[in-house]
Amino acid sequence: MNWPQKIHEAFQALNVRQVSYVPDAGHSALIRLCDQDPGIRSVSLTTEEEGVAMAAGAWLGGERAVLLLQSSGVGNCINMLSLQHETRMPLFMIVTMRGEWGEFNPWQVAMGKSTQRVLEESGVYVYRADSPEEVPAQVAAGASFAYQTGRSVAVLIGQRVIGTKNFNK
Amino acid sequence: MSTQNSRPLDRRRAVARILRERGDALVVTSLGNPTFDVAAAGDRAQNFYLWGAMGGAVMVGLGLAQAQPGKRVIVFVGDGEMMMGIGSLATVAVQGAPNLSVVVIDNEHYAETGMQPAHAGRGADIAGIARASGFDAAAQVRTEAELERAAQQILHGAGPVLVTVKVSTDPQPVALPPRDGPYLRSRFREALLGTDAHQ
Repeated sequence: MNWPQKIHEAFQALNVRQVSYVPDAGHSALIRLCDQDPGIRSVSLTTEEEGVAMAAGAWLGGERAVLLLQSSGVGNCINMLSLQHETRMPLFMIVTMRGEWGEFNPWQVAMGKSTQRVLEESGVYVYRADSPEEVPAQVAAGASFAYQTGRSVAVLIGQRVIGTKNFNK
Repeated sequence: MSTQNSRPLDRRRAVARILRERGDALVVTSLGNPTFDVAAAGDRAQNFYLWGAMGGAVMVGLGLAQAQPGKRVIVFVGDGEMMMGIGSLATVAVQGAPNLSVVVIDNEHYAETGMQPAHAGRGADIAGIARASGFDAAAQVRTEAELERAAQQILHGAGPVLVTVKVSTDPQPVALPPRDGPYLRSRFREALLGTDAHQ
């Protein structure tokens, strides 16, 4: 299954108008699709918490946003998550996991191990996909939950879905 | 450029001057004094005050500016906040934001926390950083005359605009706007989006 394509189709169905990201190999196909989509403002960030704040601004202005990040970037977001938490605005994140299944880089392990707990402790609802087939349903359900209930949601895409060969090692 | 021997600008008067002709501009403020300055100039639904989320104000402004390309978005930030979110200036410049203006109320100190000296007073030039990040319109203001010119740029200039207003550290009267997040959110969205705010 071409799961990045499915996520992009979901963005179109959900009327997502702003997508921000710190690039990750696991997100590269989806980033390319968003960059090429004239209906989406695709924004490259210097650090992930910028995307949390941008999503709040988008919502204030009447648009839906998504933040694409790698598990290591979740740690950068913690204080900024208070923005959506305290204003009860939606935040929808898609997190590609590192530091777990088949990881080769020991420096990824610490944040990979704590990603889900850090998110949940920060008030974020976590959905997870561990096979390509699970991705579309988790994204659709997570996005709907976020936008309809004004909550923060992260869909974690397991390292097994992305595959080690994407890392060029 | 700086005029010798002039008194530093008063932050409340500077903010009120910029907002006097705001029209239908949307305003975002960073935590602490910029929030109080904007509230003192007149609380209204088109103001969105941050009471935390330090470093995020400019990016809230970018998301809003992208969603509302027909409206001017003005973000008021402190110099400490701006340094914490300094990378966001590069993000804004690279992305482009013709309707976004950033006003740094720069007293060169962390006034909220005990007046500790901040980077902006110790050599870090925020307008210079903005220019080097790709802002074509970036200026520093120290006098009333410079503020008059800058106000037009902030309100009408081709964005992204950044203006650093050097201000005194004189204490200011308390001006606390509402701080309930869902209230501020819904008030702002309803004023901007009408009934669509509740879809």
